[in-house]
Amino acid sequence: MSRWTIAAVAISYLCVLFAVARWGDRRADAGRSVIANPTIYALSMAVYCTAWTFYGSVGRATANGIDFVAIYLGPTLAGVLWWHVTRKMLRISKANRITSIADFVAARYGKSPLLGGLVAVVALIVITPYIALQLKAVSASVDVLAHAGSDRGGGILGDTAFYVAALMAAFAILYGTRHIDATERHEGMVAAIAFESIVKLAAFLAVGLFVAFVMFDGPAEIFARAAADPAIAPLLGSAGASGPAGWVTLTLLSMAAILFLPRQFQVAIVENVDERHLAKASWLFPLYLLLINLFVFPIALAGLLAFPGGGVDGDLFVLALPLAAGATHVALIAFVGGLSAATSMVIVETIALATMLCNDLAMPILLRIRRLDLAGRADLTGLLAAIRRGSIVIVLSLGYLYFDLIGGSYALVSIGLLSFAAVAQLAPTILGGMYWRGATRIGALGGLAGGFAVWAYTLLVPAIARSGWIDAAFLAEGPFGVAALRPYALFGAPLGDPLTHALVWSMVANLGLFVGLSLATRPSATERIQATRFVEAFSHAEGERAHVWGGQARVTELIDLVGRFVGQERARQAFAAHARARGLNPERLERADAGVVRFAERLLAGAIGAASARVVMATAVKGGDVGLDEVMAILDEATAVIEYSRQLEQKSAALEAASAELRAANLRLRELDRLKDEFLTTVTHELRTPLTSIRSFSEILHDNADLSAGDRRAFLGIVIAESERLTRLINQVLDLAKIEAGRFDWQIAPTDLREVVTGAIAATSGIFAERRVVLDAMLDERVPPVPADRDQLMQVAINLLSNAVKFSPPEGGRVQVALRGEGAGIRLTVQDNGPGIAAEHLPLLFEKFRQFADPRSGKPQGTGLGLAICRRIVAHLGGSIVAASPPGEGARFEVFLPYARGGDLTRTPR
Amino acid sequence: MAASVLVVDDEPNIVLSLEFLMRQAGHEVRVARDGDAALSAIAAQVPDLVLLDVMMPGRDGYEVCQAIRANPACARTRIVMLTARSRDVEREKGLALGADDYVTKPFSTRALVERVRALLAADRG
Repeated sequence: MSRWTIAAVAISYLCVLFAVARWGDRRADAGRSVIANPTIYALSMAVYCTAWTFYGSVGRATANGIDFVAIYLGPTLAGVLWWHVTRKMLRISKANRITSIADFVAARYGKSPLLGGLVAVVALIVITPYIALQLKAVSASVDVLAHAGSDRGGGILGDTAFYVAALMAAFAILYGTRHIDATERHEGMVAAIAFESIVKLAAFLAVGLFVAFVMFDGPAEIFARAAADPAIAPLLGSAGASGPAGWVTLTLLSMAAILFLPRQFQVAIVENVDERHLAKASWLFPLYLLLINLFVFPIALAGLLAFPGGGVDGDLFVLALPLAAGATHVALIAFVGGLSAATSMVIVETIALATMLCNDLAMPILLRIRRLDLAGRADLTGLLAAIRRGSIVIVLSLGYLYFDLIGGSYALVSIGLLSFAAVAQLAPTILGGMYWRGATRIGALGGLAGGFAVWAYTLLVPAIARSGWIDAAFLAEGPFGVAALRPYALFGAPLGDPLTHALVWSMVANLGLFVGLSLATRPSATERIQATRFVEAFSHAEGERAHVWGGQARVTELIDLVGRFVGQERARQAFAAHARARGLNPERLERADAGVVRFAERLLAGAIGAASARVVMATAVKGGDVGLDEVMAILDEATAVIEYSRQLEQKSAALEAASAELRAANLRLRELDRLKDEFLTTVTHELRTPLTSIRSFSEILHDNADLSAGDRRAFLGIVIAESERLTRLINQVLDLAKIEAGRFDWQIAPTDLREVVTGAIAATSGIFAERRVVLDAMLDERVPPVPADRDQLMQVAINLLSNAVKFSPPEGGRVQVALRGEGAGIRLTVQDNGPGIAAEHLPLLFEKFRQFADPRSGKPQGTGLGLAICRRIVAHLGGSIVAASPPGEGARFEVFLPYARGGDLTRTPR
Repeated sequence: MAASVLVVDDEPNIVLSLEFLMRQAGHEVRVARDGDAALSAIAAQVPDLVLLDVMMPGRDGYEVCQAIRANPACARTRIVMLTARSRDVEREKGLALGADDYVTKPFSTRALVERVRALLAADRG
């Protein structure tokens, strides 16, 4: 195939891409957004799949077997986290108008320009090779198609990679810098990326189907033949060359990548329209990954079978296989797929990096150069756009240079993993910042610097050394021959492959410094506020409380200022909408209160990043000849006032909570007091009632010597019965008091429950006969003894039996008593056929003096202490007593006593 | 002429003793076991005096006392409240509701009979 044909196909494809982007932008301008759609959102996330996926996965599979799957397993697992982590990032980013991952870090740590700049620089260093990798893939694919070998010929102008880079720059400038405000999404770009995701998936599936079903007789044949080939079979057998540690490393790295890669942040956070789209993306995106990886392994095996002896690079099997079969059209489809994978990554990554470079590196520096008086200029929109466009050109030039100078020496996947390992360094700073209020700016700086330094030493430097730019002996023997500092084996630690080794050491440094320094330093006021806004993103509904603002700024000045960055008309509209939302008349706003100032700051942040926005606001609200640093201090102070009032609010909330607790405690105490009072009153009443009868009849007997013998007998009988009642009551009150105070003299001995129940039945036979209630006893012949106090247990049984009699119906009363061994103990059941217990009374049944009236007579019977004592006795014996009353079945009491009483049986009474 | 006395209490043995004492003192005695029974007994025939227990299930002694006082037919009916509650406030409440006397359980039978006699005699004098 001639280079011209290939170039024509590539250029046609890119034209289609431009058309899609243009269509997306047109639709957005017309108010009919195409990207406000969860499927488009999920597809745009598939920018994760670059040329590295398209070509490199097959390459890695030929070398390492199945372990390439881990790179897609991570994002799939991360899909589970999206609803928590990504949604929180979305909330935070929308609330703070975050424009990039560097901005995110800067904003969290007190809008620190230093941190933002650090992340931006590192991102540039890390992503440049990654972009180079895409260019390399495109260039190599052209070479394969044109059978041109490695001779590019014709200098820079004959270089495909150069043209691709130039076209990408044009695209990024056209569709990535149309608007400056972050709320304006790059609709055309996202539409194009989603389109590219479809193209690359379709292309890869097409190649896969062709290889599997046209070149071979289905995947089964490929696997069978591979298994038969002694050179390939080992690939099938193992879990991959990198072993379990390698799997974990790859999975973790790719999890970090899907969350923190600048391009992923761009599509998932910055370009997101609606956080609900995450729900669909969290299954659609993993599905996409599954589909695009479906044929990776079959193609890899097919390639190994077709090109034995390693004559063809595994990275290029996707192209080489159809070519070998003479199917140039399939090879062209593969080429377009690879091109789409490469271009989508380059476009998004470049735009994301350009935003970072502009907002977090260029602007803060330019703004600090006082001689330029940037904040004082009339219109900065042009300057901003120019900086962004310049950044795009710089990023792509760097990518091209890297490719041209170093790119040839390293396999595709290895360059990608190098970037992943660096991006993972952001994880502690970002996740820590989102979930740990105590993380400070110094901690973040230390962690990032430490992590990146170790990463550079253990991965970047060796990569450069491999390219021959540094003496390779450095790798094998360490710097100056110091073995402990060998980049692949720091301190001689045997940590497996270089990647795992690097990840472990860099994370040790990163996390150690991040946590250590965060604990050791105190955050500033701004940091504390931002920490709260980030950590409490879900509960913190952007409470714009109007604090008194001591600054001099007028609203018109602020509109003017913001207008210089985002355009005057847009600024006026935004401020008017803000005023209306707060119920203020936009015409009448004069002095800017803190709410307006913060609104302006956030508008600016959307255009130029959080850190720069702060500097601009600082210069705007200054009065007279105050220096920038002093203004910054004033701003800090203002935020400190806000923070202070927030703390006050928290304190008063805490006080309120404490006093509410106190009130509740008082209420409880009073309730206890009332209960005690009630107890005394009830006891007194219960004692006086039998006493009244006793005294009355004693006096009657005493005063009336002439009573008939029958009356005398009857009255004496009453006196005796009431005396017994009184004695019983006094005993119960005393027993209860002793049990409650823990002073009861328990006589614990092995007790035969059958004997106890029989005794209780005998003791209550009188009232059973009197009330004509039938008693059915079903007692097991022999039950093992339980450790118990016989007399107290007898009390329990008598109590339950007499209760049952009392509540039996006057006619046809029937009480069933059952005793049987059951598992670890013995169960005693007493069932009556009375009216039962109302459901609402059941929970209170065993409380003191909870007398529930007999529904028939309406009169509570007994002392109201019987069941309370029963429960305490049974509980002391390690058992349980429960009551049940299914409607219409009477009441049932069940006592369960275990054979082994919990605790020490021989314990002497206190 | 014998006075009519209504004994109201839910404790059977106390009712029994009061019934005996009042008969012995020469009064006509009727008995009610709770508040509602007391009110229907009064409606049937207005007694000269009611011995009224306070703590009863359902309508308690205070309510019965109020109902009697609200009934013009009972203008001359004397009320002696009997209670096992001994706090001053309860005594005051009973008297405030229109009771003529307030006796705490357990009571001296002689004193009770004497108080009833005095109340009924004052009425006739």
